Amino acid sequence: MSEHIASAKLYIGVWAALMCLTTITAAVSWIELGPFNIVVALAVATCKMLLVALFFMGVKYINQKMTVVVIIAGLFWLFILLALSMTDYVSRPWA
Amino acid sequence: MSDRAPAIATHSPGLQHHFSSMEQQIEASVMGMWVFLITEIMFFGGMFCGYMVYRHLYYSAWVAGSQKMDFWWGTINTIVLLCSSLTMALGVRGAQLGQRKAVVIFLLITILFGLGFLGIKGIEYHGHWTEHQFPGLNWAWPGADGNLVALFFSFYWAMTGFHALHMVIGLGLVAFIVYQAWKGRYSAEYYTPVETVGLYWHFVDIVWIYLYPLLYLISHKHISG
Repeated sequence: MSEHIASAKLYIGVWAALMCLTTITAAVSWIELGPFNIVVALAVATCKMLLVALFFMGVKYINQKMTVVVIIAGLFWLFILLALSMTDYVSRPWA
Repeated sequence: MSDRAPAIATHSPGLQHHFSSMEQQIEASVMGMWVFLITEIMFFGGMFCGYMVYRHLYYSAWVAGSQKMDFWWGTINTIVLLCSSLTMALGVRGAQLGQRKAVVIFLLITILFGLGFLGIKGIEYHGHWTEHQFPGLNWAWPGADGNLVALFFSFYWAMTGFHALHMVIGLGLVAFIVYQAWKGRYSAEYYTPVETVGLYWHFVDIVWIYLYPLLYLISHKHISG
């Protein structure tokens, strides 16, 4: 098998990083930052998502390029859904 | 004739005959799982999109609803779920190395974390129910804009409810994998089901990674109105 096997140390390091990010995002929520609360919270959540996807789900080690294309295409579709919907609602002065 | 027989005998017993190698078999399964997970992303994505649109339109109702979330239970549950992803990753690693015991033990710990998550979610649900925060069946809102806050809670129950449903399905799948691993069904050559169930579990974790800030954090200290 040419499947990449990550070390247990790496997984524990990723988990420690996830714990740190959770502490940061939880702590920031106690401070009123106006519109920046959501910016910080979603930025931290995206970092956590990337850590889980790249290491725990092994996206970083996928050999089959077609699978990577499937994942990126799916995320791009989600981006279309969220971004185009929000630009519509945010830019309606009468709403 | 005689040099044909060994070739048949040496391929892994886990290889299905429509695949040319074990490597191709697991790559095909992993890609298939990702295609399924993309459909799941779009399923949850629709609810996330609705949540964001209505938060934009009815901001003060969303803040009022969000502030009824229990910050500490939400944070503890996030930690519980991230720990379950670590033990799942270590379990899949055990499968890659052909360590039967490691798979069984790590996945049993994963199940415990998963049950812990659902238990805590149950405590939260019980609290919301007794506070009459279930639109339609048990709803009473003392403040302003009750209908709009009910919309927030509809999203809350639908999103966390579908997430919890995915957790229940995930627990069933992990329990099945534990049973199969315990019977010695998997080896370092063949562990595809362990890998794909692991992907599903991590995906459900990622959904919560976004639910946690959107429901519990972003309006935690905002001033409504």
